[in-house]
Amino acid sequence: MMTRVVLQALLSHWWRRPLQLVTLLFGLALATGLWTGVQAINQEARSSYDAAAQALGQGDFDRLVAQGGALIQRQTFVDLRRAGWLVSPVIEGRYGRGEDRVTVIGLDPFTLPPSAGAPDLSDDNDLAQWFSDDGLIFVHPETQAALPDGLPRAIPNLSVAIGEVVTDVTTAWRLLEVDGFSHLIIAPQQPIGLTPLDDLIPSLERVRPDPAGDIAQLTRSFHLNLTAFGLLSFAVGLFIVHAAIGLAFEQRRGMFRTLRALGVSTRRLVAVLAGETLVLAILAGLLGIGLGYLVAATLLPGVAATLRGLYGAAVPGTLSLDPAWALSGFGIALAGAAAAAGQSLWQVAKLPILAPAKPRAWAMAMDRSQTRLALAALVLFAVTVVLLIFGSGLVAGFLLLGAFLLGAAFLLPWVLSRLLRLAAPLARGPITQWALADTRQQVPGLSLALMALLLALATNIGVGTMVSSFRLTFAGWLDQRLASEIYVTARDSQQSEDVRALLEGQADAVLPIRSTDIRLEGQPAQLFGVVDHPTYEQGWPLITALDTPWAQVASGQAVLINEQLWRRADLTLGSELALTADWALPIVGVYSDYGNPEGQAIVAQAELLQRFPDVSTLGYAARTDPAQVEALRAALIDIGVPAGNILNQAEVKTFSLDVFDRTFLVTAALNVLTLGVAAFAMLASLTTLAGLRLPQLAPLWAMGLTRRHLALVELARAVLFAAITWALAVPLGLILAWVLLAVVNVEAFGWRLPMFPFPFDWARLAIWAIVAALLAAALPAYRLARIAPAQLIKVFADER
Amino acid sequence: MLLTVDAVTKTYPGDTGPLTVLDAVSLSLSAGESLALMGESGSGKSTLLHLVGGLDTADAGTITLNGTVITGLDDRALAELRRTQIGVVFQQFNLIPSLTVVQNLAFHARLAGRLDETWVNTVSERLGLTTVGARYPEQLSGGQQQRVAIGRAIAAKPALLLADEPTGNLDEDTADTVMSLLVDLTKEANTGLLVVTHSQARAAALDRHLTLSKGSLA
Repeated sequence: MMTRVVLQALLSHWWRRPLQLVTLLFGLALATGLWTGVQAINQEARSSYDAAAQALGQGDFDRLVAQGGALIQRQTFVDLRRAGWLVSPVIEGRYGRGEDRVTVIGLDPFTLPPSAGAPDLSDDNDLAQWFSDDGLIFVHPETQAALPDGLPRAIPNLSVAIGEVVTDVTTAWRLLEVDGFSHLIIAPQQPIGLTPLDDLIPSLERVRPDPAGDIAQLTRSFHLNLTAFGLLSFAVGLFIVHAAIGLAFEQRRGMFRTLRALGVSTRRLVAVLAGETLVLAILAGLLGIGLGYLVAATLLPGVAATLRGLYGAAVPGTLSLDPAWALSGFGIALAGAAAAAGQSLWQVAKLPILAPAKPRAWAMAMDRSQTRLALAALVLFAVTVVLLIFGSGLVAGFLLLGAFLLGAAFLLPWVLSRLLRLAAPLARGPITQWALADTRQQVPGLSLALMALLLALATNIGVGTMVSSFRLTFAGWLDQRLASEIYVTARDSQQSEDVRALLEGQADAVLPIRSTDIRLEGQPAQLFGVVDHPTYEQGWPLITALDTPWAQVASGQAVLINEQLWRRADLTLGSELALTADWALPIVGVYSDYGNPEGQAIVAQAELLQRFPDVSTLGYAARTDPAQVEALRAALIDIGVPAGNILNQAEVKTFSLDVFDRTFLVTAALNVLTLGVAAFAMLASLTTLAGLRLPQLAPLWAMGLTRRHLALVELARAVLFAAITWALAVPLGLILAWVLLAVVNVEAFGWRLPMFPFPFDWARLAIWAIVAALLAAALPAYRLARIAPAQLIKVFADER
Repeated sequence: MLLTVDAVTKTYPGDTGPLTVLDAVSLSLSAGESLALMGESGSGKSTLLHLVGGLDTADAGTITLNGTVITGLDDRALAELRRTQIGVVFQQFNLIPSLTVVQNLAFHARLAGRLDETWVNTVSERLGLTTVGARYPEQLSGGQQQRVAIGRAIAAKPALLLADEPTGNLDEDTADTVMSLLVDLTKEANTGLLVVTHSQARAAALDRHLTLSKGSLA
């Protein structure tokens, strides 16, 4: 009974202040929503990687691979089977171009281990077609929607990974124009007494299953990036919740004292307050999970595009509801509410029964914490420096960023107070003097919202600078790298000969594009063969090189590698790089290769074709007078090359930049969301503080300032806060950008980028920040401008 | 005549119909004169003070200050009136916490656009505030804070000073000191003084006193 009465009294606070309740619930829901949304996206992507890794037993079974990534001969497979080894052949390769490119996996259903998930061929028609000349493929329904031309009839199958095509080995050979196997799956149960594999086929290497798969490894950094963004949003949201809960506790101090004086025990009071917080957290958690689902469903197509563009990883564009992330959302809502309410509950537990009934000025209490926060900031900066000197790896990079950003946020109230104190003597008129002094006094009350704004603005500037620097570098690099005027892919090897003949007759130079997938330094990589032509020397930007690198490559005596391989494998110029088991060349140069997740190496084309005679010979680049491009295109179409297989330089650049822009759409969306959360934090703080400010504003009104005038001062104050916070966020954001470019990017993608300033973007962000602040201040200011004089008089009447 | 209140009526909506707080109240006040307004709680004293100060508007009747009829003025004109003609001292002092004592003292005068440094210093001296000029309101005692509030109002040289229970939060000795300072300074400045008070002793220090009862002058 007593608990009910206490609860009624406590809840009456929320009935009187519904907007504060909405603020609290929405703040926690926003924080939970963004966190949950990001988790849902990560979960969805990981499920896809798992599906890809598990498909056809690649994640579960040992495999035999040829050293250097060469194909395994058919005869080797036959020899192993004859020796009693239960092995099953798989051929893998890429088919199609651009967005529609798929991974073709050819397998033999009769020799696959039973648990490897062979496609269902129980239908006689399917079985017949599987082995027919036309063949049959199984694909995920999402892949089926955008298959490249020239594939056999497709049957949708949910167990096939997205972006993959499963078919018979012979069909795969035909599609990929190869003969041999990428690897052999070794069944887990083998007959006893077999000849050891090392004795039978010493040239093959036994590879243990990789449960995560290459894609999962590659994309780890991307997901860590998303998680960091999610955490940032959650932290920003927590600032709102902390402010709202802290304020609600402060406003009820008088009530707490009265309840205690009326015989309610501290334990009961704290328990009821904790229960209230729990109920609020559950409500906000439910709302947050709903929001999270919306966020994830909205962002997932963009994330899928990013993963496809950056890593070639296939992730579905639609979201499935997973109880795991819903539960984690609840957990984070409860943890967030507990973290925000913990300090206040502790204070209630320690509240002396004879404490002043008048609510302690919340802002004044916050003022005392300024110094403590500034000290905490110094500790965090020290952590930043330690991590900068001694830390290594991606996690250390993000920890460094977190410590630095949080430190800067903690320092903000102290810096703002000092700045406003310094500005005070500059005030001329009494209103300006009052406004500046009053603004300084508002800093503690608004500090949590301003910290959130600072974090959001700095992140926007930092990430924006990183992305824009990346884009500028990428565009410049494309201009150099895509020197050829036209790019052609023949339909088959017969047409390839026709294309070559035509180009040799009409273009200034023909640069055949020849490459193969291999493993270099234990990582998936591509090996390119180039012909000797000045285009490469003039167009390929080298980061570092020995003397005459291209001439050495052309002579077949050296190899060039991309920056990713160079950094990841920690290679040095002049050292030997093993390309296959019996082929190693010295590294003579490193080139930048943005947008490519994998390692890459360049050798002389003749050497490549000699070592890998099966490589695709369909691609060509050609140098010609730009005015002749259209004529050349028409001639190529005349000999039967599909129009879609001919791209001019501009089209390739546009396509590449389009992929780039889509890749960073998610980042932009998260940037906007974080800024939105910060704006909401300001709205929440200004709205809740507005009620507390009437006693301070009423005397000014009594002294002859109009309500409209006071409202304008409130608006100006919000603008001033936003402008100062923005000004502080610019250097902070630039440091963040530097860390992202010089530390995180190198760890995550393997390339280091130059940093460029984008003052126009900062100016635009300043406008956004001011607009957000104006919007946040608009409602409280409007209310003040329209407040009934009776309300202001009441301030004086309430005195008795 | 500095102030003329003529048949002023004010009603508020109540649970059982309109509640008449002031019923055709009339009074007048000369420049430099002081008047105590007394009466029980709810008699309409503060409402009358608010109407005279342009903080609230009357339903009927007229209020004339320095020859200007203020009833019927719009929001902007009322604000101008409060800024330039009227000083108000509240029971809870209502100082600006973010400004120092010196800044608070000069504040209303600067708002009115007639800051007289010499007069502000004189007021500060007379009120015994010179040693605490650099302090903030929260660092002062209640009596000191009320002296700053009085000083702020008088430093602006208003034609009329309104004080609503200015000594209500002070002990007897401090209240006596504050009230006599208030009366002396307004006399010096030839400012009319209208004080709402419950205390007979405080009222006795003023030139005249009137008692309100249930919205009418007794």
